[in-house]
Amino acid sequence: MAALETREQVAALGEKYKYGFVTDIEMERAPKGLSEDTVRFISAKKGEPEWMLEWRLGAYRRWRQMREPTWARVHYDPIDYENAYYYAAPKSAADGPKSLDEIDPKLIETYNKLGIPLNEQMLLAGVAVDAVFDSVSVATTFKEKLSEAGVIFCPISEAIRDYPELVKKYLGSVVPVTDNFFATLNSAVFSDGSFVYVPKGVRCPMELSTYFRINAQGTGQFERTLIIADEGSYVSYLEGCTAPKRDENQLHAAVVELVALEGAEIKYSTVQNWYPGDEEGKGGIYNFVTKRGDCRGARSKISWTQVETGSAITWKYPSCLLRGDDSVGEFYSIAIANHFQQADTGTKMHHLGKNTRSRIISKGISAGQAQNTYRGLVSVHPRAANARNYTQCDSLLIGGKCGAHTVPYIESRNKSARIEHEATTSKIAEDQLFYCLQRGIPQEEAVALIVNGFCREVLQQLPMEFAVEAQKLVGISLEGSVG
Amino acid sequence: MLEIEGLHVAVSGKEILKGLSLSIAAGEVHAIMGPNGSGKSTLSYVLAGREGYEIISGSIRYRGEDLAAMAPEERAAKGVFLAMQYPVEIPGVTTMNFLKTALNAQRRARGEKDIDALGVLRLVREKAKALHISEEMLKRALNVGFSGGEKKRLEILQMALFEPALAILDETDSGLDIDALKVVADGVNGLRSSERAMLVITHYQRLLNHIVPDRVHVLYGGRIIKEGGKELAHELEAKGYAEIIREAA
Ligand SMILES: Nc1ncnc2c1ncn2[C@@H]1O[C@H](COP(=O)(O)OP(=O)(O)OP(=O)(O)O)[C@@H](O)[C@H]1O
Ligand SMILES: [Mg+2]
Repeated sequence: MAALETREQVAALGEKYKYGFVTDIEMERAPKGLSEDTVRFISAKKGEPEWMLEWRLGAYRRWRQMREPTWARVHYDPIDYENAYYYAAPKSAADGPKSLDEIDPKLIETYNKLGIPLNEQMLLAGVAVDAVFDSVSVATTFKEKLSEAGVIFCPISEAIRDYPELVKKYLGSVVPVTDNFFATLNSAVFSDGSFVYVPKGVRCPMELSTYFRINAQGTGQFERTLIIADEGSYVSYLEGCTAPKRDENQLHAAVVELVALEGAEIKYSTVQNWYPGDEEGKGGIYNFVTKRGDCRGARSKISWTQVETGSAITWKYPSCLLRGDDSVGEFYSIAIANHFQQADTGTKMHHLGKNTRSRIISKGISAGQAQNTYRGLVSVHPRAANARNYTQCDSLLIGGKCGAHTVPYIESRNKSARIEHEATTSKIAEDQLFYCLQRGIPQEEAVALIVNGFCREVLQQLPMEFAVEAQKLVGISLEGSVG
Repeated sequence: MLEIEGLHVAVSGKEILKGLSLSIAAGEVHAIMGPNGSGKSTLSYVLAGREGYEIISGSIRYRGEDLAAMAPEERAAKGVFLAMQYPVEIPGVTTMNFLKTALNAQRRARGEKDIDALGVLRLVREKAKALHISEEMLKRALNVGFSGGEKKRLEILQMALFEPALAILDETDSGLDIDALKVVADGVNGLRSSERAMLVITHYQRLLNHIVPDRVHVLYGGRIIKEGGKELAHELEAKGYAEIIREAA
């Protein structure tokens, strides 16, 4: 059913990547290239306090001494870090819009094209949206309702100004400045992103959501998200991403940090649909992202759900540090790679506390000439008595030229740990396809249906209103993969 | 409705159907009987347009059109339905969702409007009831973990839902208990009409007591070697294939 709507939508738009439009808005940019001056420029643009600038400069100096990682199963030409812009903001947003009315109508139009209802639809759905256009947060809806509940949901640039103590305490506490090449780069030049703080015992009254979009040419996007769930609180957060079609490769190096204190729960869902490049593998986003959640308190829980359909290259391992006793980490993933896309994605579950549990469900779909790798680590610390992990990794191959790879690492240093790993690789069977065709379902729709069935366990983890969108994406991203 | 003439079909380079001719008029029910490996399922797959079933020579006309020239999904939309001998499992796709997707795909191909989820649900419920198919089954993944009999009943449910012009039932009776056989036969009989033709493939006279055919064909070695009225099925039951084959030779 979802697949049908998809085909219609695509036909109506006359192109495969419906998010591939460019919005013509005047941009303000930092000078090209990366230097201390670039970092200072960004910090000044944001009106940041001195401590923040120092933090960034520290990261920048460190980054200069680091090397790009090469261990992932992805191949790309060297990135020229000096030949990119690190800050681009819509000019009209320079004074900072205070309400939806003040936002450039062209931006609103963009969001409408994206299908992001920054309007009544969203009100009805009860979703609070923070939209990051290139590097700047342009609108945050629902502030009032959230602030009644005591929830802070704002652009991180605003949080740095208004809640410096919270930011100082938690920023970089999960993903240290020195963590890895891309995270360190992000720490130096991040321009915006979302900040969430849910106070003790509060159940966030609505889904929180951020939409990221890269629009400007030659720019990288480096957003930074920080979510803190205080004791006994709960929050569900969703991010979506799109980018225009461009021949060049654009870098996206985001960092997301989650902190769950005692008894808190964070559910973080991603629907990633950055431009994947064309059928020949030209263009597309390099999605090099560091996401990590810290179950800092006892009985806390962090659950990652990701639907990765876009990007030319995906390098991403949303992880959990299970520090608190009885804490729980989950990772549910769908990664689709078609044409020449390359995905190297998975998770790391670090069991540090007693009775910690983790669950990993990964569904990888490869089509065309794509390469799709699941890379996962389950580590059990000597102190983590009775740790439990269950991992299930299923790969589905469409056609004979693609590849699926499963690379599980297990490091157990406690005898009481119980770790289960299951993996399967399959193809869409000819008899399944024939059965669908015989019942009148055309080939591409049949593939979308079967693949959605294959991914069901993960799709079910998504908030209702986004599950439908995700199902459609599965159909779109596999178009042209059969026949 | 359906005219097959001198049909030769090869699978993986091996000739299976060797000059088969058969014609069914609207309103008629024909039965095909024949020993294992005689080519019955092969015939049903060729009619449905399965990949890998290569027509070497001969023709198949369906309502005056060249059936072989149509894509399988096009045949479905134009009213060709095959209840399969071995219905296929599709994990993660609920039966209800599958039915809705298929029904609307067929409708769209015919230029008709989609029926919304609620409309399909109503339609399916009504048909399911008659076939003793539970709501719970409709919520499960398509055919996954269904018993042999349940799978066959679901095939008949689909036939009832799609209301095809030409229904081919490949051994729908095998694996059914006596009560289920009756339920399925009632379902089939309920669909008999002057605009519809049916081709019933079976090994057993038992089914034909319930679904009384207009013609019976005996398929052997990829050819129809004998045909007659409904009494031919009784004759087969009494004599066995060996004797009929000897007589025909
Ligand atoms: N892919 C294939 N390659 C080679 N031979 C095949 C292939 N598929 C079918 N056959 C052969 O074709 C012949 C006819 O098979 P078919 O399934 O049509 O028989 P059937 O009459 O339906 O038998 P049954 O009563 O057992 O269902 C058999 O000998 C079978 O082994
Ligand atoms: Mg057979």
